[in-house]
Amino acid sequence: MKPWILHIALIAVLATAPLWLSPYHATNLARIMVLAVFAMGYNLAFGYTGLLSLGHALLLAAGMYAAGLPAQLWGWAAGPAFIAGIAGGGLIAAALGLLALRTAGVSFMIVTLMFAQAGYLTLLYFAHVTGGEDGFAVVSSGRVLLGSDLSTDTPRFLAALTIFAIGLLASLALVRSPFGRTMVAMRENEERSRMLGYNPFTVKLAALTLSGLYAGAAGAAYALLFGYVGASFATIQYSILPMLYVLMGGAGTTLGPFLGALLMFALIEAATVLTTAHQFIVGAALVVLILFAPKGILGTIRERWLRWLP
Amino acid sequence: MTSFIHPTRRGLLMAGGAGLLAAALPGHVGAQAAPIRIGFQLHRTGIGAAYGRWYERTAQAALTAINEAGGIGGRPVELLFEDDATDPKRGSEVVDKLTQQAGCDLVMGTLFSHVVMGSAPRAAELKVPYLVCSEGYHVASGALNRWTLQPGITDVRAQISTMAPWVAANLGKKVTMVFPDYAFGHDHRDFFTAAIQAQGGEVVAQIAVPPTETSFTRYFPQIPAETAVLYHVMVGPAVLTFVKELGEFYGTGAKPALFGFVDSLEAVDTATPGLEFLEGSHFWEAHPRVKAADAGEHEDHYRAAVGVDDNGASVSDAKDVSTYSHMFSTWETLYFIKQAMEAVDYAGPADRQKLVEAMEAITDLPYGIERPQGAKRFNGKTHQVFGSQHISQVQGGKLVKVHATTIDEGLYEDAVDYTSMSF
Repeated sequence: MKPWILHIALIAVLATAPLWLSPYHATNLARIMVLAVFAMGYNLAFGYTGLLSLGHALLLAAGMYAAGLPAQLWGWAAGPAFIAGIAGGGLIAAALGLLALRTAGVSFMIVTLMFAQAGYLTLLYFAHVTGGEDGFAVVSSGRVLLGSDLSTDTPRFLAALTIFAIGLLASLALVRSPFGRTMVAMRENEERSRMLGYNPFTVKLAALTLSGLYAGAAGAAYALLFGYVGASFATIQYSILPMLYVLMGGAGTTLGPFLGALLMFALIEAATVLTTAHQFIVGAALVVLILFAPKGILGTIRERWLRWLP
Repeated sequence: MTSFIHPTRRGLLMAGGAGLLAAALPGHVGAQAAPIRIGFQLHRTGIGAAYGRWYERTAQAALTAINEAGGIGGRPVELLFEDDATDPKRGSEVVDKLTQQAGCDLVMGTLFSHVVMGSAPRAAELKVPYLVCSEGYHVASGALNRWTLQPGITDVRAQISTMAPWVAANLGKKVTMVFPDYAFGHDHRDFFTAAIQAQGGEVVAQIAVPPTETSFTRYFPQIPAETAVLYHVMVGPAVLTFVKELGEFYGTGAKPALFGFVDSLEAVDTATPGLEFLEGSHFWEAHPRVKAADAGEHEDHYRAAVGVDDNGASVSDAKDVSTYSHMFSTWETLYFIKQAMEAVDYAGPADRQKLVEAMEAITDLPYGIERPQGAKRFNGKTHQVFGSQHISQVQGGKLVKVHATTIDEGLYEDAVDYTSMSF
């Protein structure tokens, strides 16, 4: 019961944030929640199933374009566009998994990286539709959800919070379910799981597809809440970011992705004030973290103090 | 009996009045002298860093000049630089930070098109004027919004279109284009192909090179033998390889005339070993890097203020070559802001809408220290400025200006009327 109370309490606290945060910080929190959904998806694949992917930018971009293009080309409203974005992320993840899951370990990293790079170049190649490197600003008619304008502060925050809350509670339910334990079994000992009668390929494919649904939701949410779709989101940088969030917060912890996204965002904000070499500070912080808390913040807390932390 | 403990009513009123006056005075005086804060979205890191370095220097120089001349409407001006890492996502966050956190009156300075595209929606949401120095066609194409303007630099469509008549008349009419296979290259492909056709010429081959390519040898055999002009717009670190391999391909034999855009060589010394093959070739420049013999009267002042020598390099380091054909835009944009703010007697963020309307009303921008690159004409409907372009030839490893176009040559029909859009 404790995990559910903790997660719901976090959502409740976040829901009150616009009351005690400035509009600037509240908008940033909306961004962080969207990024955290992306990281939660990455965590399902990497943290729980042991699939170290370097291709998640492809899934984020799949959701982003699957939502943004129908809004742009055919005038879809935000609701259907968002659903299309989730589906886009899931479909591309399933297709990626069918091919890439024939490999494992370092090969899996390289194959996913290559598919993501191919996806990025495809976006550039079909620039007349995708807008290429420049991308496009999503039309305002595509940013309306049930009569609410998602380009305004309160509806945007509530939409981000809703997506985040659903994603967080679903991931908690998932990792505590029998299937969630099977995912962990794949991470811990794939051969033993196979001997127990599980099919590692289907379990990993399902986990990667679920991860894609999250990435797609995050990509679609970014497009519709912040109004921009562009190929830069398909670059390697956006494959590495969720990994860093998860490593910082704690791989294989349900709240780790949010904590990692929050701290990384804050770290960049603080570092830019101090120095122009802010990327160095971020890098140094990660090196320190990996050296002294390799399981991430919540992973370390769980190991030492709170064994019940999911 | 009155005392300090038991004051009279008059005493109390006087003391209260004096207190109120004292409290109000510094605030009042402060409001008069409060600086205008201009946020500068800077490519300090990422692929735009070389441009960002010079954008910062040029903007600082303009800021010093403006403040020394009394600021804007008598108020001092501050520039707040914030790195966007040349990334659209961070760009949008930077617009937010400069506007909501730092309290800037407006935001300016963005160069890379994808950062402009990623940031402009947020500027419109915040209803803050967003003045880009990007040369992209995205503003005039109608893809952006009422709050985004480009008053300091001409756009790529105008630049390309004005080159075609000179190329057809002086270099040849059968053109092969080599360009990177993404938006920047596609703009060149589409606008130049149409423009050269209008001159009775034709593009005999279009060779698109994937942006990840590091060697170009296999593309050169695709250049038709009938090619009179090779139009190249490769950018980034691959440029040196491209030129070197092109030189090896043609050797000492006959070769087509080469025409390129200086974007390929911004912040790069044209006398760099490996670029010898460019000798005698022509380049578009917005603002001639090497001081032209017929340069305007304000050229020396501008170069001295920014810290650039007559070759377009830093006065303190001859190897630190400037991005001369782009950086003037930050200078001219600051003066454009000054002109518009003074026209509406700008007092604060509440006047932002009035400020944009005043900018839209501006048309003629004559040559002067405010516009060292040259006279300009602003189109309030498309939010885009138009100006003259230059063509330079590499002579002895230096770019020497050989031609200038007029403003009229770069004009094209409006694709949008932003003034009809709501704020």
